[in-house]
Amino acid sequence: MASLVIAEHDNASLKDATHKTVTAAAQVSTPVHVLVAGENCAAVAEAAARIAGVEKVLLADAPSYARQLAEPMEALLLSITDKYDAILAPATTTGKNILPRVAARLDVGQISEILKVISPDTFERPIYAGNAIETLRAPEGKKVITIRITAFAAAGEGGRATIEQIVAASDAGHSKFAGEALSKSERPELTSAKVVISGGRGLGSAENFKLLDSIADKLHAAVGASRAAVDAGYVPNDYQVGQTGKAVAPDLYIAVGISGAIQHLAGMKDSRKIVAINKDEEAPIFQVADYGLVGDLFKIIPELDEELSKRGYK
Amino acid sequence: MKVLVPVKRVIDYNVKVRVKADQSGVDLANVKMSMNPFDEIAVEEAVRLKEKGKATEVVIVSIGPQQASETIRTALAMGGDRGILVKTDQMVEPLAVAKILKAIVDAEQPGFVITGKQAIDDDANQVGQMLAALLGWPQGTFAHSLELADGSARITREIDGGLQTIEVKLPAVMTTDLRLNEPRYASLPNIMKAKKKPIEEKSPADLGVDITPRFKVLKISEPPKRNSGVKVSGVPELLDKLKADGVI
Ligand SMILES: Cc1cc2nc3c(=O)[nH]c(=O)nc-3n(C[C@H](O)[C@H](O)[C@H](O)COP(=O)(O)OP(=O)(O)OC[C@H]3O[C@@H](n4cnc5c(N)ncnc54)[C@H](O)[C@@H]3O)c2cc1C
Ligand SMILES: Nc1ncnc2c1ncn2[C@@H]1O[C@H](COP(=O)(O)O)[C@@H](O)[C@H]1O
Repeated sequence: MASLVIAEHDNASLKDATHKTVTAAAQVSTPVHVLVAGENCAAVAEAAARIAGVEKVLLADAPSYARQLAEPMEALLLSITDKYDAILAPATTTGKNILPRVAARLDVGQISEILKVISPDTFERPIYAGNAIETLRAPEGKKVITIRITAFAAAGEGGRATIEQIVAASDAGHSKFAGEALSKSERPELTSAKVVISGGRGLGSAENFKLLDSIADKLHAAVGASRAAVDAGYVPNDYQVGQTGKAVAPDLYIAVGISGAIQHLAGMKDSRKIVAINKDEEAPIFQVADYGLVGDLFKIIPELDEELSKRGYK
Repeated sequence: MKVLVPVKRVIDYNVKVRVKADQSGVDLANVKMSMNPFDEIAVEEAVRLKEKGKATEVVIVSIGPQQASETIRTALAMGGDRGILVKTDQMVEPLAVAKILKAIVDAEQPGFVITGKQAIDDDANQVGQMLAALLGWPQGTFAHSLELADGSARITREIDGGLQTIEVKLPAVMTTDLRLNEPRYASLPNIMKAKKKPIEEKSPADLGVDITPRFKVLKISEPPKRNSGVKVSGVPELLDKLKADGVI
């Protein structure tokens, strides 16, 4: 039959997570269709139609999908899943919110946050904070899958899919959007940045945390954090990297004042190169770091900033 | 209003999990087990609702082996009123957990269910959403804060871009995120009192739920190992190395 990918977007632009999910979907079942559900999101549908390997884009444009709340999304998906043998979404907070509802209503289990498609019915996924990898085979029938976006390459551009408008499904209206407080940043997104610099409890305060900004600017890095830094209020929740935060896998990950608890490692140990800056030479973070700098971060960070300037990074 | 809180017994979050050499699973022998940390947050929130007079009774449910009753006891010591143990020695997949919970909700008629967002063993992040769907209820996942009113709940959620607030009609399911509250430690007198609180035992069959796994686990393997690298002498050496690696 075919697979259906739920597009990740904010009504204005299509997120890269969609391209990665298309790559996974193509390994499970083809052709690949993409569902763009939102409000005034025609531009997103056009962008989705340009992804290589996508045959058709379904566009559901209605006020009830403006925030992709789980309940109306469930109703919409159930109205079209008949035609698909796999439904996939990125394991973002949107995908994780919606997809288990769809799986339950289809009476199938969901396969969460896969790392690899071994064959169309066999998948690898992390369990126990990535301390073990489970290989599991799904039974016959529909597959409902979320994917870890750092584990798949993005499908390219150059597609010429058709766009089909679909009608909104009825929704009981039991939930409604009431507001948001989004972190504003000119920096690249954590999950797609090539360089990430993260701070932990060692930074000591929200004020000190800003020390990382100048380095992030010079390296075009995203800024992340450990749970302890978020809990202490140094930075907002969406900075959290780890088992229960975001998984990242940049070319370079710099951990500053982070001890390296397994829950943190779960979210960053697939990075290509890891640098750890910590005053405790026994800190577990050094066990996964390619390069370790033992010392006081309040001395090292300004030095690093200055040395980058000297070498022409602006 | 009655509040239902499902709690799972899992390997303690401090334990370094080891994969068995024959790849059949992870080593659970003599390993410390505890309540799933997100479920502690769920219990705490329910108990606070009771303390504020918004909940009348907090019912704790766990699905698992006999020892899961210890996890229920912990929740009762934190302030839960009574427990239900759905006893099974089998592995129960999230969909089956959700079906069991639905059967319990049908019988108990709570107005609000609070689950953890994720069990730290299977890392599935499914049960709360599945339960809500099976019940036809709305959900507020990854809760950062909660305001409960008559007939509705205002839930602020931790999402990838920041925070989002939604309003859901009751009955509803909420799943907890880390910042919702800081769970209390049970006091000794409360631990003693909890010993007298009732725990009812049932089986999945009593509830009419088939828990036969749908998925076949082919193997559980070690993740790729990362070798620890080198300590560098200072910032210039670090930058030289990163440059040579082509990552800056
Ligand atoms: C259910 C659950 C889920 C969790 N999920 C996550 C998650 O997703 N992500 C996550 O990160 N954590 C998570 N955690 C928390 C995790 O267990 C750790 O508590 C947390 O990662 C610790 O953060 P940290 O390294 O910043 O703080 P700490 O462990 O306190 O480490 C601070 C480090 O800073 C160093 N330091 C201090 N001062 C300086 C200085 N001046 N110069 C240099 N170094 C200095 C210290 O040597 C120390 O190593 C979770 C925990 C639980 C129970
Ligand atoms: N065996 C179980 N018994 C009771 N509650 C459970 C069980 N499994 C999962 N849950 C609940 O569902 C939440 C999410 O689990 P999961 O979907 O498996 O990640 C947990 O935090 C618990 O609140």
